[in-house]
Amino acid sequence: MSAALSEIKFSIYRYNPEKDQKPYMQEMSLSVEPGKDLMVLGALKQLKEIDETLTFRHSCGEGVCGSDAVNVNGKNRLCCITPVSELTQPIVLRPIPSLPVIRDLVVDMTPFYQQYEKVDPYLINDTPVPATERLQSPSDRAKLDGLYECILCACCTTACPSYWWNPDKFLGPAALLQASRFISDSRDTAKNERLTKLEDAYSLYRCRGIMNCADVCPKGLNPTQAIAHIRTELLREGV
Amino acid sequence: MVKSVLTFGQNGLSDWLWQRVSAVILALYTIFLLGYILCHPGLDFAVWQTLYAHPAMRLFTLFALLSLLIHSWIGIWTVLTDYIKYVYLRLFLEIALVLALAIYFVWGIQILWSV
Repeated sequence: MSAALSEIKFSIYRYNPEKDQKPYMQEMSLSVEPGKDLMVLGALKQLKEIDETLTFRHSCGEGVCGSDAVNVNGKNRLCCITPVSELTQPIVLRPIPSLPVIRDLVVDMTPFYQQYEKVDPYLINDTPVPATERLQSPSDRAKLDGLYECILCACCTTACPSYWWNPDKFLGPAALLQASRFISDSRDTAKNERLTKLEDAYSLYRCRGIMNCADVCPKGLNPTQAIAHIRTELLREGV
Repeated sequence: MVKSVLTFGQNGLSDWLWQRVSAVILALYTIFLLGYILCHPGLDFAVWQTLYAHPAMRLFTLFALLSLLIHSWIGIWTVLTDYIKYVYLRLFLEIALVLALAIYFVWGIQILWSV
């Protein structure tokens, strides 16, 4: 005799701009064997077998690529590393907030990447290229820990009210974490130019330190701390 | 980015710094006043007048008034730019804010020196 299947309930944001006048929430459910857990991404894949029009983004499936960020029960998370057993039902799935919805759970990341571009997220060094690589001491290298691990999933930036109110002017926690990563890099020679770009009233200073970013980061990073570090560097240069 | 012309310091770094400096002064002033009131249960006009006639208290109050001006300028400007998107309404409210705060400041000094 097989054990009774248990049911997992979902409420999922649906929007197809070609067909729907406006977005709506669709109730769906899955039957799973009792005691068996699965990730939200696994559940979405099974739900897609029931309704193949359900659209979501995913790739690596193990929290490395950052493509499946979704708002799960009100909190931005990566579907592939969020176990269903941790969540209260019905599990409410919505696209990450404030970015334009392309379809269902898929958002247009362009505004997010535009802010990322503004911080020149690459090493700038105008000294002659050495014959070997540019060396860094272990302690200088350690300054990049907690900064380089960002996977650009946009969980933090889209959880930030300062970004919601000023998405064109405030760079958002993800871009600022990257700014801090290059400001902290001993091999970078553009520190002053990077800091000058951030001293206006919006780009960095719209951060009010509420720490939504650190709360949602699936990699356990702390953009608020990175922002505080940039502020300290600005103060050092500006007084 | 176009410079924000109606901020207190015209720059994020200076606004941030002044908001913190003014917060510390306002906190010290509030704690001092609360302490003074608690230590003088039968507070009457004469005691109050003696306190405010002292030059040190006048200086302290002047700093507190200046801090209140700076702190609310930066704070309310931030709130207005977050929530008021219609540009002419925002312009009107920002100018009204700065003028109102300036009047309160001058008025405060006038009251202080008439004690």
